[in-house]
Amino acid sequence: RWAPPDQVLENVLESVLEFLTAARDRNAASLVCRSWYRAEAQTRRELFIGNCYAVSPRRAVERFGGVRAVVLKGKPRFADFSLVPHGWGANVSPWVAALGPAYPRLERICLKRMTVSDDELALIPKSFPLFKELSLVCCDGFTTRGLAVIAEGCRHLRVLDLTEDYFHEEESEVVDWISKFPECSTSLESLVFDCVSVPFNFEALEALVARSPALRRLRVNDHVSIEQLRRLMARAPHLTHLGTGSFRSEPGPGGALSVSELATSFAASRSLVCLSGFLDANAAYLPAIYQVCANLTSLNFSFAGLTDEEFIPVIRHCVNLRTLWVLDTVGDEGLRAVAETCSNLRELRVFPLDATEDSEGSVSDIGLQAISEGCRKLESILYFCQRMTNAAVIAMSENCPDLLVFRLCIMGRHRPDRITGAPMDEGFGAIVMNCKRLTRLSVSGLLTDKAFAYIGGHGKLIKTLSVAFAGNSDMSLQHVFEGCTRLQKLEVRDSPFGDKGLLSGLNYFYNMRFFWMNSCRLTVKGCGDVAQQMPNLVVEVMKENEGEMDTVDKLYLYRSLAGPREDAPSFVNIL
Amino acid sequence: MAAAMSYVHADVENLKATELRLGLPGVEESDKMPSPPSTPRAGTKRALAGEHREVEPKAAPPAAKAQVVGWPPVRSYRKSCFQQASSKTKEAAPAPVVVKQEEAAVAAAPPAAAAAGGSLYVKVSMDGAPYLRKIDLKMYKGYRELREALEAMFLGFSGDAGSVNPSDFAVTYEDKDGDLMLVGDVPFGMFMSTCKRMRIMKGSEARGLGSSKE
Repeated sequence: RWAPPDQVLENVLESVLEFLTAARDRNAASLVCRSWYRAEAQTRRELFIGNCYAVSPRRAVERFGGVRAVVLKGKPRFADFSLVPHGWGANVSPWVAALGPAYPRLERICLKRMTVSDDELALIPKSFPLFKELSLVCCDGFTTRGLAVIAEGCRHLRVLDLTEDYFHEEESEVVDWISKFPECSTSLESLVFDCVSVPFNFEALEALVARSPALRRLRVNDHVSIEQLRRLMARAPHLTHLGTGSFRSEPGPGGALSVSELATSFAASRSLVCLSGFLDANAAYLPAIYQVCANLTSLNFSFAGLTDEEFIPVIRHCVNLRTLWVLDTVGDEGLRAVAETCSNLRELRVFPLDATEDSEGSVSDIGLQAISEGCRKLESILYFCQRMTNAAVIAMSENCPDLLVFRLCIMGRHRPDRITGAPMDEGFGAIVMNCKRLTRLSVSGLLTDKAFAYIGGHGKLIKTLSVAFAGNSDMSLQHVFEGCTRLQKLEVRDSPFGDKGLLSGLNYFYNMRFFWMNSCRLTVKGCGDVAQQMPNLVVEVMKENEGEMDTVDKLYLYRSLAGPREDAPSFVNIL
Repeated sequence: MAAAMSYVHADVENLKATELRLGLPGVEESDKMPSPPSTPRAGTKRALAGEHREVEPKAAPPAAKAQVVGWPPVRSYRKSCFQQASSKTKEAAPAPVVVKQEEAAVAAAPPAAAAAGGSLYVKVSMDGAPYLRKIDLKMYKGYRELREALEAMFLGFSGDAGSVNPSDFAVTYEDKDGDLMLVGDVPFGMFMSTCKRMRIMKGSEARGLGSSKE
């Protein structure tokens, strides 16, 4: 069939562009010429919106015609730490309203830090008959009622992942959502609901697992006892990812489960590579998992306050571990055992049991040094501690040059090197100098402008930077803006930076997704100057007290094609 | 470092005697609980820990720095889970034998009540008591019966029954969010559905809070 030459080219182009998946590549392709722009727009299958206010739903939907998956992110990350007042925004409703009519073939929705109501969840099965995957991370606003609608309405559901969502529901109002899944064999591959911490119908879950032959990932909440876990594992011997629930015995008529009985269950699960849960763990049962430890690539003990004595025998078996999340209760000794055993470790997160500034803290520079010596392939670390030294951080920078993510949280504010009393400038300086692939950095401890000079001077690939209680002057911000040419996300709190520092970023804000700044020394005038000079920037300002008129408590600015949003609450002032 | 790692919360009482503080005499700091972050959810609950936080700066500025919102940066989702974990550590650490006894008691106890599905066992601890108890909340029709049962259970630990002064005790519970609440504020049915464990507080912490509404 004859087609005009440019139509042929466009068809060929579309076929070729199908193979491009990375958003960056697609963005680049779309800039070549109009024909490429059109072809790319028709073939983009995944729509990634890093800031739901950066573009209007209507505009996104008009440009991209063939979208099958949407990823939306809402609130700034500091919302996780109660720094964004309730009701700020990031409601998914305008998006769901636009996506429904535009993409009837939509299969996947991933939302992060957005408010999703049950009514909006109810729109999903209505609007998208082919819907397959729903992932909600750090979201809020929904209840079991919404989950019931998803379970019942989405007949082709493969993935229902609820991760670290804020879930509050009166137990008297809980709906039996598990029973609402189709009664025939389901296509479920992943069911994650450990954050939905209300009781549920266990028998219905057991039956659901039994009729879901494709199920490979199952993470249950803390209302599942070890006896119940065993029953689930028996129904799903091919699981690869298991969230173990409470990992505690709630003995029924048969009495409490013995460790060896539980061990038999784990031994039968030959495909397990990822274990998590342990939400209220009885450490006496840990030996039951020894048989699967050698196969594990990922282990999450971050809700189990294990002592080193309880933890070390387990970790000694985990020779192939690549990801480990623990609580600091395992201590420097526990981390030493990790270093000695897990030579393939890529990601480590050490969370604090007692997340206060003056807690005892059980891990220190000693643990960090040990990890750096044993886990040379480390790429990502998040480490909460009370005591740190530059020497340990420098050692990590030298031993683990492949680091992509370095997030160190010395919990006491402005705390210097515990041995020398010096600021932590040299440690973080070494990190940016030696870890040449670093893309994400969080700093803490006593830091002067020098640290930021290092960061700006060497952190050329840094995309995300988090700063708290650091720096001496606006020079710090200037160093960062001028030096970190790839910077996309900057979060700053409680640091002595003012309007001058803010203005030093004027030439860079359009290259960034957002800039957040709270409890610094900004004034309304300074923020207003920025808003005036940058028309495609939305400058949101929030104030705590009505009193001091000129100071700004919270600043959130972001590039946007949509202009000032219309759903801003009264405490947000858009300049 | 080893000493720091073996630090046990039960030693707080001993440390307090030698601790240098700026507090007024007779005013004690609350037990070391991670202070709940100011979470975005609207709450009408009267959180006991919150009351302590409000009172302290006025009466007795604690030796430690005032807590800052959102610092350290741990998600509130994690923090509320850890409050449960750390209170468990406190309960377990001082008397490991107690835990075993309690577990054995649970395993050996006639499972009839549990199997019937009509029971709601929660642990009850009392400050200073050597071991914990478990009670079935469904056995009580209301707060008065519950209180009477608790008094009967724990009376032995306070010495002479006649010298027990109700205002020296405060009966508190930990709800499903991990917050420490005073027993008696909400309807008994709601209390039953949100109570995870109970704690009877004694002494100066409890003074003034123990006067019940009934």
